[in-house]
Amino acid sequence: MNTPLPNPIRPAFTESSREGTVIVNIGPSHPATHGTIQIVAELEGERVLRTDVHCGYLHRGFEKECESHTWHNLIPYVDRLNYCSALINDFAYCEAVEKLMGIEITPRCRYLRTLLAEYSRIADHLTCIAAALMEMGAMTAFLYLVTIRDYIYEHLADLTGARVTYSYGRIGGLAHDLPEGWLKRLGEILDQMDTFTGRVHGLVDRNRIFIDRMRNVGVISTAEAVNWGFTGPILRSTGVPRDLRKDTPYLAYAELDFEVPVGIKGDNYDRYYVRMREIDESAHMVRQLAEMLPAGPLCVDDRRCTFPDKELVYTEIESLINHFKLVMDGPQVPPGEVYSAHEGANGELGFYIVSVGGGVPWKVHCRSPSFVHMGGVHRMLDGYQLADIVPTFGSVNMIGGECDR
Amino acid sequence: MSDTVFTPIREHLAGTVLEATLEHGILALLIESSRLAEVVGALKERFGFDLFLDVTAVDWPLREPRFDVVWHFYSTRDFVRVRVKTRVPLAEPVVDTLVPLYGSARYMERECHDMYGIAFRGNEDLRPILLYEGFEGHPLRKDYPKQKEQPLVPYRK
Repeated sequence: MNTPLPNPIRPAFTESSREGTVIVNIGPSHPATHGTIQIVAELEGERVLRTDVHCGYLHRGFEKECESHTWHNLIPYVDRLNYCSALINDFAYCEAVEKLMGIEITPRCRYLRTLLAEYSRIADHLTCIAAALMEMGAMTAFLYLVTIRDYIYEHLADLTGARVTYSYGRIGGLAHDLPEGWLKRLGEILDQMDTFTGRVHGLVDRNRIFIDRMRNVGVISTAEAVNWGFTGPILRSTGVPRDLRKDTPYLAYAELDFEVPVGIKGDNYDRYYVRMREIDESAHMVRQLAEMLPAGPLCVDDRRCTFPDKELVYTEIESLINHFKLVMDGPQVPPGEVYSAHEGANGELGFYIVSVGGGVPWKVHCRSPSFVHMGGVHRMLDGYQLADIVPTFGSVNMIGGECDR
Repeated sequence: MSDTVFTPIREHLAGTVLEATLEHGILALLIESSRLAEVVGALKERFGFDLFLDVTAVDWPLREPRFDVVWHFYSTRDFVRVRVKTRVPLAEPVVDTLVPLYGSARYMERECHDMYGIAFRGNEDLRPILLYEGFEGHPLRKDYPKQKEQPLVPYRK
């Protein structure tokens, strides 16, 4: 006979607030909570009175681990924060370190990072919408979207060697340049995606079942959203065009033509629609960037962070030592602290890093949108039906990797 | 752009903050921990810093006071960020809570309490969030060994 396991959480409430209610536990072992979120809910019939949201089941000590790796060696960990759009994490982290080192990346790198960030955003939004639709039983729409996502994953694997966690960013540049024919295939995938997202629009946008589940469910106002720290598509779904790509332009966004789609009232339907429109805008940006991509070097010419050519490492003592020092000691980052944020697929993805000089960070802190969103998601769950938790939670797009770190 | 926003803040808070510097485009304010509510209140009500981004701490084991507690705020009106920093000693790692001003502070203060043992006066709900009930110590403190294990469920032999 096994002894019962200790409870890892202490719910905020264990007693009914009034007669006739029942307290239930949802997750973490539940597909709709992505396997990592636990919700303790008080129900009156089918109505949710209050919820207590717990996270942390996927905590793996990201920040602690970073403190014993060189600035370069922790890039694979950064990848595993938001594993649906790992490249955005890479670039946000690299930019934070570059700011501290005073490095300005090359034009080709800047445009290519922007292109890949938008491409990743498409993959992330496709994942979110596909999963949310599947949870409501829309299997066809799910397959359409995930088919395109798989094309994107395969296409990124051609470039980086991996489908999901790419480790492609480098401080001061990128791992390597585009393979031949990559941009041609990019155009084909985007064209096919337009067809497939068009079909999804046709299947669900005016579908009565879909509207009943999404419209006026999980509503949040702009003031509430700001108070609870919501950023990204959730904040935009409440009707304000707050987007770091427009507001504090970084990378090459200032030179691009794009719109910031917004919703009407901040419900599930708006969050779905904002993401679908953002896919269109991102595709529009990727097409522009593929045209604009300048020739030239990919990595900065800075011996503090960029690895010398392999040929030189084998033939020249300075480059050999340079290579050795970069591997063993890591890039030398001057003392200081910096907070740098990118518009991740889910909202403001910030890195606060502290250096005391040398090759290993003193502190790397990630301000992950999913964690902040979990702090406020009860505002979208309380007062609706038990069954509404599933689509509402799906529309928030909680990513366990970055939520629990 | 950021100067027009930051200059009035510097002027308004001149006597209140210990230091005000511009670091990589962010206005960094070093304050006494007792003036937190006053400074952040002014930032929010007067200067429009309506988005609470983050609270975390930095551990300096050889320094007294040992911890930096660091907040970041963003203004959705002016699109700039401000960093507020204060120092607290190991003997009394306590600062005021910002939950009355920002709802999102609730979760992030719990995380900071988890990881560094910083207590937030006025926040009654500092239950573990990324860690679990009964976890001993604060893993992001520099004196917490990285390899230390505290399995909730005993390992199989």
